[in-house]
Amino acid sequence: MGFLEIRSASKSYGAVQVLHEIDIAIEEGELLVLVGPSGCGKSTLLNMIAGLEEITAGEIAIADKVMNGVHPSRRNIAMVFQSYALYPNMTVAQNITFGLEMHGVAKDTRDAKMREAAKMLQIESLLDRKPGQLSGGQRQRVAMGRALVRDPDVFLFDEPLSNLDAKLRVEMRSEIKRLHQNLGTTIVYVTHDQIEAMTLSTRIAVMNGGVVQQLGTPKEIYDLPANLFVASFMGSPSMNLLPATLVSDNGSICAEISTALSDAVRLKLSQPSAALSGYIGKQVTLGVHPESITDAMVVEHGAQQVEKVFNTIGLIEPTGPDTFVTATFGGAECMARIHTNTDVRPGQNFEFAINMDKVVVFDSQSEQRIT
Amino acid sequence: MSSSVVDNAINTGRAMRALIYVTLLLFALFYLLPFFIMVINSLKPLSEITEGNMMALPKQWTIDSWLGAWSTAQVGVEPTGLRPYFINSILMVVPAVVISTVLGALNGYVLTKWRFRGDTVLFGLMLFSCFIPFQIILIPMARILGLLGLAGSTSGLIMVHVVYGIGFTTLYYRNYYASFPTELVRAAQIDGAGFFRIFWRILLPSSGPITVVSVIWQFTNIWNDFLFGASFADFDSQPMTVALNNLVNSSTGVKEYNVHFAGAILAAIPTLLVYIVAGRYFVRGLMSGSVKG
Repeated sequence: MGFLEIRSASKSYGAVQVLHEIDIAIEEGELLVLVGPSGCGKSTLLNMIAGLEEITAGEIAIADKVMNGVHPSRRNIAMVFQSYALYPNMTVAQNITFGLEMHGVAKDTRDAKMREAAKMLQIESLLDRKPGQLSGGQRQRVAMGRALVRDPDVFLFDEPLSNLDAKLRVEMRSEIKRLHQNLGTTIVYVTHDQIEAMTLSTRIAVMNGGVVQQLGTPKEIYDLPANLFVASFMGSPSMNLLPATLVSDNGSICAEISTALSDAVRLKLSQPSAALSGYIGKQVTLGVHPESITDAMVVEHGAQQVEKVFNTIGLIEPTGPDTFVTATFGGAECMARIHTNTDVRPGQNFEFAINMDKVVVFDSQSEQRIT
Repeated sequence: MSSSVVDNAINTGRAMRALIYVTLLLFALFYLLPFFIMVINSLKPLSEITEGNMMALPKQWTIDSWLGAWSTAQVGVEPTGLRPYFINSILMVVPAVVISTVLGALNGYVLTKWRFRGDTVLFGLMLFSCFIPFQIILIPMARILGLLGLAGSTSGLIMVHVVYGIGFTTLYYRNYYASFPTELVRAAQIDGAGFFRIFWRILLPSSGPITVVSVIWQFTNIWNDFLFGASFADFDSQPMTVALNNLVNSSTGVKEYNVHFAGAILAAIPTLLVYIVAGRYFVRGLMSGSVKG
């Protein structure tokens, strides 16, 4: 039994079904991130957990109690909204204690809890101000303080960082991570930013079109994406997807791709499986992260099998720590990450090293990963 | 702002500036003229008015006509002055304004934050009530007031004005609350506040500007109403406007113009006061929602 369980939960507005039989279970103390493009239903799912939207079918249980039909205030949850939703007419202190007051907590206890939360979030000097006099980051802290004092079973965050500027966003991200590590509470966090999802979570649910595409740890999601959608959504830059044909070669399975210099280069797959043998002679899609296509100097640590391929460099994008270059593999423009000290120029024929351990293979028709 | 003078529509030359002020002043005087005449003539004895010079300042200043209009003038058949009717008006206006404003605020709250099937249609129908002419409902309303046992009473008048006012107040509050973030209501729900608690603690404290608009609008309209007062009020519940008409149209004795002027000003004072006290919030409230910020 998980601490938060979503069991085939669906949501429809009239005839339009926006969530299809969502199944997610997480343990106490986990940080689940719901990530997906806008309109994928992630916020709706969060609102269903909060009780702000009704569950059309299925169940949501928190701490073994089924929450269908339970009023939001009695679910023992706290929510941080995208716009922070601070009450404009109340001071910071009143904002933080409003929920406790509504739950009939005595004034002394309220104040003690408020001081504690304010200290943890370093907003003690702001307690007498109104939300209108605070900066974005300060409002964010107050909103978290309001959630903290409730001591909830589950914290719900609805894109809490999307209104902040880039620098502050990174700061607050670490702050949330630290808070989670210190308190050990269960958190459900909605975002459309896959970097936030990767850095914060202990578990990620990638959603699209009202369906959970994949549920797993950040590493699982990143290394073994379940399908082409997850592969193209996660990572920045995202996974390269290149058309290839599987062929048999001396008892091993190879992926045959074209490059700018050759019509057919054979890349030996390092993990041949029965399922993959079934695709011999067929068209598949290879998934390779940019950091797995690199120069021979910086082949990934611990790589078992590396294939070296010459190809022509297209664009060069230095980012400082790394240099990204493009090259056409299998007819698709691929991004490769090479060492910043490697000297390259556009149009150069360059020897790329592909770490075959990290290559995943997708069925081009069903778009699912072949395992 | 820089101190250098820029020649544009706002920063014009001295001569232009003088011209603008003179024009504005002339128009202000022109608009104030009727009020000026009312005031000076109300402070004259009747004999000075009948001599024929309405524009002249009083030779002999007196407030007798004001005292007369207030407490002894012949209104209809009784020499009571306007005082009892002034009290009638207050007894009618205050509850009618309060009730219609509170109901309008609640309607606006429900129509924006507790949406339900058909809410826009309902709002449309309520808006429609703003466009129903008073005359059309005179007879049906008289019948309803009779059935309810409210005919000829102040309570009856309050009811008529509340019913007519709800359309406007709902319109104001609905449009104001439409721009009020719904996330705040959701946050309050999670915090454990109920329907009325959210309204009272979260929405109402932020409703100052629109409440001023609603109160001014309702107060002026109800205070100045003549038709309903004349149609539905009995002798002992007639409002100020009807009494003023009766004062001016009393057929006995000479026409006391100075008393009439004083009475008319007395009838206008409450609405003037409301505007002076709350007027600067009025435009602000009307504009809010239409412009962000």
